[in-house]
Amino acid sequence: MIELNGNNTLIFSDLPEVIAKRWHGQVRASLDVKEFLCLIECEASHVPDLCNWLFSELGYSLASLIIEELPSYWLLRYVFYGEPGSGQIHVSLQSSKSEKTIPSISRFVHTADWFEREAEDLFGLVFEGHPRLGDFVLHEEWPEGVNPMRTAFDASCPYIHRELDPDWRPHRIVKAPGAFMMPIGPVFSDAAESAHFLLETVGEDVIRTIPRFFYKYRGVEKIAEGRSIGRALLLSERFSGTSAFAHSLAFCQAIEKIFRIDVSVRVRALRIILAELERLRHHIAAIAAICNSTAFAVATSQASILEEEALRLTCTLTGHRYLFGLNAPGGLSMDFSEQAFRSLADAVYKLFNKLSELKEMLRFSSSFLDRLEEVGIVSRELAFAYGLVGPIARASGITRDLRKVLPYSDYENIAFDVPSEQEGDGYARLRLLFSEAEQSINIIRKVALSMPEGEVTPPRFEVTPGSALGWAEAPRGATFHWVRIRGDGRVGRYRLTTPSFTNWHGFHLASEDFAFQDFPIIMATFGLSNAECDR
Amino acid sequence: MFKWVLKGLKTGIVTTLYPDKDESAPGASPGLPVGQKDNKEEVLSVVSRCPTGALSRYDHQITVDYELCVHCFRCVRRIKDPIDWQNGYEWAASTAESAAGGHKLGKAFRRSLHIRVVDAGACGACLSEIEQINKPYYNMHRLGFFITPTPRDADVLLVAGPVTDHMRMPLKKAYDAMPTPKGVVAVGTCALSGGVFGPSFASGAGVSELIPVDIMIPGCPPPPLAIIHGLLVMVERRRSSSLTSPKSQAEGRHHV
Repeated sequence: MIELNGNNTLIFSDLPEVIAKRWHGQVRASLDVKEFLCLIECEASHVPDLCNWLFSELGYSLASLIIEELPSYWLLRYVFYGEPGSGQIHVSLQSSKSEKTIPSISRFVHTADWFEREAEDLFGLVFEGHPRLGDFVLHEEWPEGVNPMRTAFDASCPYIHRELDPDWRPHRIVKAPGAFMMPIGPVFSDAAESAHFLLETVGEDVIRTIPRFFYKYRGVEKIAEGRSIGRALLLSERFSGTSAFAHSLAFCQAIEKIFRIDVSVRVRALRIILAELERLRHHIAAIAAICNSTAFAVATSQASILEEEALRLTCTLTGHRYLFGLNAPGGLSMDFSEQAFRSLADAVYKLFNKLSELKEMLRFSSSFLDRLEEVGIVSRELAFAYGLVGPIARASGITRDLRKVLPYSDYENIAFDVPSEQEGDGYARLRLLFSEAEQSINIIRKVALSMPEGEVTPPRFEVTPGSALGWAEAPRGATFHWVRIRGDGRVGRYRLTTPSFTNWHGFHLASEDFAFQDFPIIMATFGLSNAECDR
Repeated sequence: MFKWVLKGLKTGIVTTLYPDKDESAPGASPGLPVGQKDNKEEVLSVVSRCPTGALSRYDHQITVDYELCVHCFRCVRRIKDPIDWQNGYEWAASTAESAAGGHKLGKAFRRSLHIRVVDAGACGACLSEIEQINKPYYNMHRLGFFITPTPRDADVLLVAGPVTDHMRMPLKKAYDAMPTPKGVVAVGTCALSGGVFGPSFASGAGVSELIPVDIMIPGCPPPPLAIIHGLLVMVERRRSSSLTSPKSQAEGRHHV
């Protein structure tokens, strides 16, 4: 295990030298200082060792695997990010169309596990050395060999399925006497998102949980292709409605990079306010869900009152309760008055006091804490190995936050803390939600009371073909949006990597060897979205 | 635990008075665009800015189709002649042929209703608003509405999302498992028309493609009050609204 916060943190500008020293002449590295990006081009055979080296020796996390089908070759891009100051590394690999196998990196970088499974299902690329490929995004009624992300696939009409095998049964691993498999979902609980969990249990004790997702797969990446930027923006906002602003922000930042649009300081400041307002509302809702999972009705009601107040506050300020219709490439759809900022600052301060009171009351409710403590533990080592992001990773002691690591929208000019906890259990995750909500309130107040002047209307820009990566720290963690714009100004490729996808991959770590009644609590303290994961 | 009781008493009642009185709290609803006479040429530019085709021009009139509107605000913001906007929330419309009959549930269900929520690919915002109606500000229990975990106990299926490919079978199974008489409420623009996602290879064009829909609640997402209005229309305690503005010849049309 490498030391994440050691004193010998890598300096970004030293990267080419470090790479040249280790990989003499086998790879080509180039540095884009303005974008804080190191691009490494290499052959397929070097990819596993190179990614392994970046992950286990330099301490970079894998952010995303971006695959593009270009007319004559496959373009694979492994995106890495690290500690503050270490920038981002893109490992780029060109593979001929005739070549259908790519070496798997998931045995070294476990985060890649689901990325590779997804790519095998949607593109038909085989990752050699991956232990488990097959039905993942597309369920068993899709015939093998039909890959919807291929450019030749017609996405406009419904796809006709094959007949299901009536004798199909899930694969069972636990073979103890009395062991059985309990299915949960996809339609379950009160208003839960559609997902399926197979719990292998022996009586009350659940040995392991096998999640099965993508019931909500809407093929967003595919249906975005060929759409205008304005209509793709609608998709980026609406594929995950509870974190709409963060995702549309990542999308807009990618577009702004492609067309080199300068965004005014006022827009950047406003985006910080709105993104933090979304985080605040999301975290309050997550706290309410945790109270609800322990059937603590009074606390659920108290937290829910704050949630509705945050929703109404958002709607009063922006016209929409979930911040839809605000972001636009280069600007925002509306501006706000000085008076609006003052009342926002007052309103979030009131929320701060109410949240603090709720936190203190929960902190001394022992019957509630008994349900959360030492439940659903994710260790720091495993959180790093799985590349977990957001509040879940920070509750396990990994403090990587894109607002600090790869600052965007002027976050580097604002002083704030990235809270973290060490235990990695349900209670640590609850405390972390409270601390992050407090930080968000501080940021909103700071920015709202010193708002710079400027224009918010998006400038006119010239549409040129190109591609870029946009990112944001969404309420649930890091999100990366890769956008390629074609010559006709329409979207050629829209790759979405979301925190829920990354973190659901690690869900089974927290849901092994637990008592059955803790399942809803583990789910609630993870607080992930299937809409965000499935896309 | 005593401090929680005290805290609850101190907080008092926050619940809305709707449907006895109108709710006027700021931020309870995002509102919707309304149709208008296009007596000015400039107004035409409004129609062309709509990315989903919700706005159209017909017989010197701009009409809004709420089954397609996704609250993108492009017809009101950064435009010289914005379209009119209404701040209400009574948006739900019954698909029954006439107001006189066609409601399946009948009088027996007017006072109490059990609801099963099915997520057929919703983005999370609709589901979040559905959860709000179960919470103190809206508290649907006072109206006799309850959420039940199984479709076998449910009178009404509340469906959100465009119906993704993988949710077709679970949705159909949940519907088939319900005892009759039963009703279906489609929540949100995706459930009405497929929204920004469908129809495509992975999602349908709304719930009515698969199961008969009785009440349609437009909105992206519909605010909690609109969902409550839809449930009240379902049990004939509130009058149905229109899915177009202004009410037009398109009234009462059905999806194929």
